[in-house]
Amino acid sequence: MEGRLGRILLILVPYLWLLVFFLVPFVIVFKISFSETAIAMPPYLPVFDLSEGWEAFKAAFARLSFDNYAWLTEDDLYIRSYLSSLWIASVSTIITLMVGYPIAYGMARAPTAWRPTLLMLVILPFWTSFLIRVYAWIGILKKEGLLNLALISLGVIDEPLTILNTNTAVYIGIVYSYLPFMVLPLYSALEKLDGSLLEAAQDLGCTPIKAFWVVTVPLSLPGIVAGCFLVFIPAVGEFVIPDLLGGSETLMIGKTLWVEFFSNRDWPVSSAVAVLLLLVLIVPIVLFQMHQQRQQEREAG
Amino acid sequence: MAFKHFASAFVTAALLAGPALAQDRVVNVYNWSDYIDEDILSEFTEETGIKVVYDVFDSNEILETKLLAGSTGYDVVVPSGTFLSRQIQAGVFMALDKGKLGNLSNMWDAIAERVQKYDPENQHSINYMWGTTGIGYNVDKVKEALGDDAPVDSWDLVFKPENMEKLAACGVHFLDAPAELIPAALNYLGEDPDSHDTDLIGKAADLLMGVRPHIQKFHSSEYINALANGDICVAVGWSGDVLQARDRAAEADNNVTVEYAIPKEGALMWFDQMAIPADAKNVEEAHTFIDYIMRPEVAAKASNYVYYANGNQASQSLLNDDVIGDTAIYPDAATTEKLYTTTAYPPKVQRIVTRAWTRVKSGS
Repeated sequence: MEGRLGRILLILVPYLWLLVFFLVPFVIVFKISFSETAIAMPPYLPVFDLSEGWEAFKAAFARLSFDNYAWLTEDDLYIRSYLSSLWIASVSTIITLMVGYPIAYGMARAPTAWRPTLLMLVILPFWTSFLIRVYAWIGILKKEGLLNLALISLGVIDEPLTILNTNTAVYIGIVYSYLPFMVLPLYSALEKLDGSLLEAAQDLGCTPIKAFWVVTVPLSLPGIVAGCFLVFIPAVGEFVIPDLLGGSETLMIGKTLWVEFFSNRDWPVSSAVAVLLLLVLIVPIVLFQMHQQRQQEREAG
Repeated sequence: MAFKHFASAFVTAALLAGPALAQDRVVNVYNWSDYIDEDILSEFTEETGIKVVYDVFDSNEILETKLLAGSTGYDVVVPSGTFLSRQIQAGVFMALDKGKLGNLSNMWDAIAERVQKYDPENQHSINYMWGTTGIGYNVDKVKEALGDDAPVDSWDLVFKPENMEKLAACGVHFLDAPAELIPAALNYLGEDPDSHDTDLIGKAADLLMGVRPHIQKFHSSEYINALANGDICVAVGWSGDVLQARDRAAEADNNVTVEYAIPKEGALMWFDQMAIPADAKNVEEAHTFIDYIMRPEVAAKASNYVYYANGNQASQSLLNDDVIGDTAIYPDAATTEKLYTTTAYPPKVQRIVTRAWTRVKSGS
């Protein structure tokens, strides 16, 4: 009896968490997205007035206006922001994978005694505030920054490179910031890899490179998928990195949303942007969930 | 065991600290970044026993969004005039209790009258600082790019594409403030800078579009350090911020000379006003704080530090010569005549302005 209660409670906790920290805020944002701006506190008109009873609620529901969503299709700014965000996030994810894979591979192949230390080194940057680490990149990438000074003194370039305030800086910032999220799942997949499989491949005449592509990569696929989603999903909505490192032409949905919310004071339209962003992200999130579930079933079976 | 020990020590400390904390008087101030001599805050606390929790922002938009959401926890905030007027309409501020502001007589009528455009009868706000939006530049780098007769005293410097093309290599920043740059462009085109006509605003945006490929960044606070370090050579920025950059460069002794110019075609004159949110918790302390800032010696100390003019007439005799004597800070009568003010955009126009600005910033 007690065991069952405990189990229900245990299942209830994550659902409660989702309800309080995801569903309730989402419903509020969703509600505001049907409203209109006003010079007031808060700066929008109420959609539903619960004090007027159920009938009034139903009437308000029938009157719901999708104008704010229609507006998002009228101006191509929003669609371009979404597409540009998806593009920047995709490119960053691929670069992160290419940078992260050798790191994870090296860690998984390192002597067992070193691994905890290496793992620690990957997590170490988290001990410093994310904001400060992104700020540090300004000092590295700017015209008279560390990178340009180093390259000039080495004679690689004559003129300082303009990297800061361009999309290149955004890629660098995202790859740097999200690298641990790529390395950790890759490492956990590669660490489990059975070395005898590689030996068998070699015995059967595989070159080391071919063995890597036909044995290591497929077996580390769960890590690749998990790492890519963990980088891609937050990168799409990223605001701080494009704001600090990006230039004036860097178009990302996080920045567009900021402008809508702060400069236009248009909470209803910015809520609509946020709801659409969620819809855009739901596809990869659902794919990720399905993948994780399959993975678990396979491991259990 | 160690944990238990620690926990009980913690509880004891909390019990001891509890009553003392309750008696502490606090005022929560939200002001612009780089906008005060911090000694003023510690001296205020020393004299009145009121602790100042000081927090900063760098755009009116951020302040306004917080204020409109309500329950900011701030007791004194410092919006600019145009934003203040809309916030007053939205019911954000309480009327000041002038009985508690004994230093009100120190204030400068000329400024208070201009502010009435935003705050009718000066009921809700007191001027902290005022200034202009003009051009800050690195003297040597601009000369290098454009020669000795570079038009540093004119908007030609930043609105003529041929000039901007040459300046792009050394770096140009613009304020990320559409409500100040659109009027500047309108004024340059010979139109009313305060125009709410959407066609004219479109024309102003076109002018900005023409020079934007040469603008490195739109940002409202990074240019102070960027100018001072020599990272950029021109910034459309706020008077005092540029002058602070000038000072930082002089202190660093890095061979960077920064100057500020109010362009001859005219510039925006703006007012930053101290006001108390209607839901402020420490109303008494907020009034004490504002009244303290209105003391002539305190206002003078603030201006001497931030290089902005203040709205306090009695403080003028206490200002340093490089403040009161600098026409970039206290412009002469002829320049003042060319300064213009603007009013808040209605929501529909605001959307056009913001959209135009996004077009300018993103280049498409």
